Amino acid sequence: MSLHPLMQALARMYGADRLLTRPAQLMAYESDALTAFQQRPAAVVIPQDREEVLETIRLCHEHETPFVARGSGTSLSGGSLPIADGIVIALNRLDRILRLDAAERIAVVEPGVINLKVSEAAKPHGLYYAPDPSSQSICTIGGNVAFNSGGAHCLKYGMTSNHVLGMTVALPDGEVATLGGESLEGVGPDLPGFFVGSEGLFGVALEITLRLLPIPETYRTVLAAYDSLHAAGDAVTAVVASGLLPGAIEIMDALAIKAAEVGAKAGYPKAPALLIVELEGEAGAVEAEFAQLMQLIEETAPLEVRMAQTADERARIWKGRKAAFSAVGRLAPDYIVQDGVVPRSRLGDALAEIDRLSASYGIDVANVFHAGDGNLHPLILFDGREEGALERAEELAGEILELCVDLGGSITGEHGVGMEKRAYLPKMYGPVEMQAMEDVRRSVDSLSLANRGKMLPAGEAESLTHVGPHPLEKAGVIFRE
Amino acid sequence: MRGGGSKPALSQRRCAEDTQLLDLAGLQGIVDYQPEEYTFTARAGTTVAEVAAMLDGKGQYLPFDPPLADRGATLGGTVAAGLSGSGRYRYGGIRDFLIGIRFVDGRGQEIRGGGAVVKNAAGFDFPKLFVGSLGRLGVLTELTFKVFPRPPAFATVEAEFEALSDLLTGLDAVTGSAIDLHAVDFAPAEAGWRLWVRIGGMAAALEERAGALQEVVSGGAGRTGLLRLYRDHEEERLWQEARTMAWLPEGMGLARVPLTPGRIPAAEDLFGRAQPASRRYSVGGNLLWLGWPESGDLGETDGKEDAPRTLHGLLLELGLRGLQLIGRGPRSEGLSEGEEGPLLGGPVQNAFLRRISAALDPEGKFGAW
Repeated sequence: MSLHPLMQALARMYGADRLLTRPAQLMAYESDALTAFQQRPAAVVIPQDREEVLETIRLCHEHETPFVARGSGTSLSGGSLPIADGIVIALNRLDRILRLDAAERIAVVEPGVINLKVSEAAKPHGLYYAPDPSSQSICTIGGNVAFNSGGAHCLKYGMTSNHVLGMTVALPDGEVATLGGESLEGVGPDLPGFFVGSEGLFGVALEITLRLLPIPETYRTVLAAYDSLHAAGDAVTAVVASGLLPGAIEIMDALAIKAAEVGAKAGYPKAPALLIVELEGEAGAVEAEFAQLMQLIEETAPLEVRMAQTADERARIWKGRKAAFSAVGRLAPDYIVQDGVVPRSRLGDALAEIDRLSASYGIDVANVFHAGDGNLHPLILFDGREEGALERAEELAGEILELCVDLGGSITGEHGVGMEKRAYLPKMYGPVEMQAMEDVRRSVDSLSLANRGKMLPAGEAESLTHVGPHPLEKAGVIFRE
Repeated sequence: MRGGGSKPALSQRRCAEDTQLLDLAGLQGIVDYQPEEYTFTARAGTTVAEVAAMLDGKGQYLPFDPPLADRGATLGGTVAAGLSGSGRYRYGGIRDFLIGIRFVDGRGQEIRGGGAVVKNAAGFDFPKLFVGSLGRLGVLTELTFKVFPRPPAFATVEAEFEALSDLLTGLDAVTGSAIDLHAVDFAPAEAGWRLWVRIGGMAAALEERAGALQEVVSGGAGRTGLLRLYRDHEEERLWQEARTMAWLPEGMGLARVPLTPGRIPAAEDLFGRAQPASRRYSVGGNLLWLGWPESGDLGETDGKEDAPRTLHGLLLELGLRGLQLIGRGPRSEGLSEGEEGPLLGGPVQNAFLRRISAALDPEGKFGAW
């Protein structure tokens, strides 16, 4: 690696205001939303258009220097953590909605566009962009694409991947590829689908074509309080078994409710567990489903039931839920959010075990989760100033991940593996699978430059010690053009 | 590779002489079905029909209406061809419902991708990569799908339009409305165009919703006046016929062409003149099913032209891509003597795919793109 000539080349491209190298400037980029990890990069560049992004990637490749593309830095898995002596490419100024075609119901956007801005731009046309991660008011589409972000409404409409139709991407050596198109259907392997969720390892999305949906005519949101998590879980089972397909089914436990109260003044009932169920769609259909839903919920003996009658009331219910993560920060100085998935029918078992682990470690765990699809979000509270507290919190987090795998689930539903969970991916997949992922990664990025050290376990990324071309390259199968 | 043989343009295509046929029809059986989890796992050679019957027993279904089940289509073949039908409009296509796979790569290793839970962001998304992979990245052996509860009732509004422009105005009104549409298909009719719009949900609300839908549809300009509401068995048969491609004339080949509603006028300019091409547009104008003579005369050719080759040329002209499913594919450039490819129009190959292929099939066992 020859950093100095690269810095000179970057300095020729970027003015001093867009090439950050001083420690005080770099500090803001040292962490993302997973604050337990910090790493100072060699430099941060702030390109203004795709040509500058491409040129930066080509220079990094030429100088064999790793890079991380970064949006708003909201990754909860350390996905946008810088690489030591690497370059951070901050994409925030690539924030143009290039085209919003209401007739074709698509938006073509740059990666730095904020998630919520897409829906705002589409709103006058009666359209919206469905994926709604809790951070949607600040997170960028580029980051959503890299980590296949989800949100509360995945149950019915799927994650980011289900809403990306096409992309223009820069591969890790700067070669440009067009994946997919503007149609809902395609021919050939689903390359946009494979790129989405690759955690930056396949390169940088430069332009993304998103599917827009008509805004649902109406929402009916119900909040029900229960005397135990188990009772709330039983209510979920009843709703799912009924054949209703709500847009969202969420559960919060007592500690999460307390956090939402402290942080967002949500006005929730005080109870051991809260269930939020939301129906959406045409007024006529939703009314009929709502009657059935209310009957089901009454049968599960809730302590209290509230219905949102207006948009304001709906917003208030969601405000507490969406603020729950950051609000937990009011209860403890530090926390780790986990993101495991278990089969829906094992939710009760998983929560009981998390409860037991929490007690045995003596560490508070708040639970907020997308109950409809079995996606848990245990928030593990700790005080980083205490000796060994982070390590014990991480150990507990690890046990929860193993629990999810043992129950037949996944270590991550929507936050990605990132930096945080890379040691656990091999618990979910065997050595053959890990090797296949590594092979694909090496074939796409022979020098492991793009977001090195994320997703795949630590050992793999040691391309610093990797001398000479990849065996496939020697064999003439792959080329560095 | 061959499963049920329902897409002979893929399984019986002429290949280089030393190519081996891998018959996967014996790789059958449901491995696991968890109705309460909305998931099932089956071996790749299991037929779509068997799965549909199993799901139906629990009030569930594959919402993307996998086509050609009546001809013996298998799950593996449907994934490899990347096929979704009319119902894809509502909740997404086969790419959105396939959550886990096992495949054998070019070195003979069995690899698992994705998982068995409906939400999973861990590792590279191999299930998506294999949708539309045409057997050229690996051999699918086992598949896990997400399923949905089947709506208790459906209704379909049928409308006729005199001109294509009227139909497209009506289409825009319908797909831009807040009505939750399960399927939106249309096709040329005896005089003008016919549009079918399907809604589903609880029976109690369906009558009223169908009324609202009829109003939106009839708001479109130039309707000839025929507007009809289908319910129950008659309605079910309408979409069953869409899944079986009942509209496809005997002896015709079948190709699928993804596009967008905005591209339809240009496509019609070409295909509308090239008789005897029969067409059905699906997924709200995002997919064209094209019936195409396997060989011989086209309206505008001299009788010597290779019909699939002509289709290939027309798609290139339109900047579209297509996939031949039934009937002989065109001899396309890049293939050796004696080979023909089911891929039509613009190329699928690009720098990203080339690198993926190099990793999964380093010796090129599965053939070139």
